[in-house]
Amino acid sequence: MATDIIIHDQKDNVGVVVIEKITPNQDCSCWIMENDGTINIQSIDEIPLGHKIAMIDLKEGDTILKYGHDIGKVVKSIKKGEHVHVHNVKTKKW
Amino acid sequence: MEIPKSFLGFKRENGRAGTRNHVIILPVDDISNACAEAVANNIKGTIALPHSYGRLQFGADLELHFRTMIGTGSNPNVAAVIVIGIEPKWTKRIVDGIAKTGKPVEGFHIERTGDIGTVMKASKKAQEFVMWASEKQREECPISDLWISVKCGESDTTSGLAANPTVGNLMDKLEPLGVHLCFGETSELTGAEKVCATRGATKEASDKFMKTWSSYNDFILKEATDDLSESQPTAGNIAGGLTTIEEKAFGNFQKIGNCKFVDVLEPAEEPKKGKGLYFMDTSSAAAECVTLQAAAGFNIHLFPTGQGNIVGNPIEPVVKLTANPLTVKGMGEHIDCDVSKILSREMNMSQAGDKLIETTLKVANGRLTCAEALGHREFVMTKLYRSA
Repeated sequence: MATDIIIHDQKDNVGVVVIEKITPNQDCSCWIMENDGTINIQSIDEIPLGHKIAMIDLKEGDTILKYGHDIGKVVKSIKKGEHVHVHNVKTKKW
Repeated sequence: MEIPKSFLGFKRENGRAGTRNHVIILPVDDISNACAEAVANNIKGTIALPHSYGRLQFGADLELHFRTMIGTGSNPNVAAVIVIGIEPKWTKRIVDGIAKTGKPVEGFHIERTGDIGTVMKASKKAQEFVMWASEKQREECPISDLWISVKCGESDTTSGLAANPTVGNLMDKLEPLGVHLCFGETSELTGAEKVCATRGATKEASDKFMKTWSSYNDFILKEATDDLSESQPTAGNIAGGLTTIEEKAFGNFQKIGNCKFVDVLEPAEEPKKGKGLYFMDTSSAAAECVTLQAAAGFNIHLFPTGQGNIVGNPIEPVVKLTANPLTVKGMGEHIDCDVSKILSREMNMSQAGDKLIETTLKVANGRLTCAEALGHREFVMTKLYRSA
């Protein structure tokens, strides 16, 4: 199965869409770069190339991990399979 | 892949090697642009480098202006230089600075002569220089004569996933061969600053980095009206899927691979500690950053992009790479090296790094970059504060 989503680090709670877009309720194959593992996830939202998908349920105040590092905080709860972006995640800096 | 041990470059009087053979007409200040451009128009094969500053600057800001001017003229991609300023004193200071390299340089000042007389005198000298430079031949130079600077722009998540790690892979392969390397973008390491600091080769280098980053961050916090949400990440970054500055910073940081930096440079400062990777304190704006790196002596630039930045530089060739297939499709005329097959997993990072090394060497040997062919010559001086 072709890769739809790439995850940098196995600790990450988000993945990046690497096909033109994923559609709602799509069964997606995710490749984890760090350990060459593969997992599957079902999408909720339509998500375009380069945008992130939540790999687990996340609640307000949770930390988003990408590259195995803290890249910001959740400001509106997110369900597994939903689009993660500026509408539900903010920087902890500035 | 076996990495070639040499490239074909132009050997300079001071022992450095250039990937280009430019004769430049360098205005000292904004009001000398017209004269410099007239000379470049008269004498084919020369290029003028107009810019917006050089009057009534003072202190560290003036020193940076001189460092950028002298560094640009001294870059090994430049064979010879005509300097034109309004007044004799600052013109001479730049001429004397460039002359230390041993290359031909001559200055002209406009006061008491006017534009027309200056253009005539400077054109005669520029013709002499360009005809002399055109006799220069490329010669075999060791690969360690490459000074490679890097900066990314119009980044998106494909930058951090693939294009930036491709540059990192190239760095890991070329660093042991004795090349000089340089990354910058102080503000765009925000969020990854502590991890970046651990990559100093010495405690001194790490401490110097944290001091530089903190000073930049303090300045940004002081000047910001609310947050930097209109600037960092940019609208283009957000369209490409980048959500926060931290995410952008960790993506950015992939460009240095596993290398450690030996020193932290002031903007436009020439590295003095030998081969290896350097961090330079720069803005994250593309043209400003590349202009400073070129002024520090770097002779080829690698520029990973996501959504498609189009920047070039008049003296340092800028090699673009992207992993975003939509960017390759929509604006392929700007992309020198396509690594989008990493996303579909038809290419691994090592293959991508090899492909970028091949492209880099072709350009070092003389192949035009997309930005050169399209006429991108962005020369943008960094200004630290208001003039007097």
